[in-house]
Amino acid sequence: MADTQSKELKVREKQEVASPAEQTAPGLVFTPAVDIFETEKEITLLADMPGVKADDLTIDLRDNTLTLAADIAPVEGAGEEDILVEYETGRYYRQFTLGELINQENIDAKLNDGVLRLSLPKVEKATPKKITVKTV
Amino acid sequence: MGRVASDETAPSQRVSAGVFPLINLTEDKDNYYVRAELPGVKGDGLDIQVTGNNLAISGKRKIAAEEEGARYHRREREAGTFSRMIGLPGEIDTDKVEANLENGVLTIVVSKAEIAKPKQIIVS
Repeated sequence: MADTQSKELKVREKQEVASPAEQTAPGLVFTPAVDIFETEKEITLLADMPGVKADDLTIDLRDNTLTLAADIAPVEGAGEEDILVEYETGRYYRQFTLGELINQENIDAKLNDGVLRLSLPKVEKATPKKITVKTV
Repeated sequence: MGRVASDETAPSQRVSAGVFPLINLTEDKDNYYVRAELPGVKGDGLDIQVTGNNLAISGKRKIAAEEEGARYHRREREAGTFSRMIGLPGEIDTDKVEANLENGVLTIVVSKAEIAKPKQIIVS
C-alpha cells in the first residue's frame, strides 16, 4: 500500500456520462470515480464527488439497481470572469447493479471532504455458507 | 513556466497544463480565484505558497487501507502526491491570500495588488 500512496498523481479528465436516461436539466453530467469492495458482511462504495453537499445527493436502491445522483451549486461569484478553465463542473450520475440482496434498513451513507462512503449490508441469507463435504 | 494569459477571443477555452490538480482561474475587480477539485484531501495535507505572482500548491491524497479480506469490484480512485505551480497574470498582494477547502473543492482567493486593480477615471 505504501507504494500507491507516494506516487505522483496524474491528471485524469472527468468522465462525462454518455446518456444518463433523458436529460431534463441543462448542464454537464459526470460519472464519479468509485471504489467498490465487499467483505462477507457488506458491500462498501466510495465515490469522489467534489463540490457535492449532503443535501444535494440522492441515493436510490430499487430492484438491485443502485443509483447515485448529485447536483452541485455553482461556486463562482457574480462578476467573476474566467481566465483559465481546466475542468468543468456539473452533476454526477452513476448506476450499479448489485448482485447481492441488501438489507435496505441498515444502509449507511457518509459524505466527507467530497467523498461519499456508502455501506450496504448484505442480507443474512446472502452471506456465504461454508459447505463441508462429508466423506463416507 | 507557462504563463497564464487570458485569451480575448475564447475566454473559456479548455487548455490543460496536464498537471494534477486541474485548476480553474477566474478574476474579478479585486481578486483572483484559484479553484481545484481535491476530494478526500484534508487541509493539513495541503501546502500552499506564494512567491512573486506564482502560487505553488502541493500535497498528498491518502486513501486509507480497508480491512483485510476486502475484495475489490472497482478501484478507480487514486492516492498519491501532487505539486503544481501557477503563474497569475497580474501583480498580487502576497499578504492577502486566503485558502478554503470545502466539500473537496479548494478555493484560493488572492488579492490583486493595488496597482493591478482597475481604476475608473471620471471625465470631468
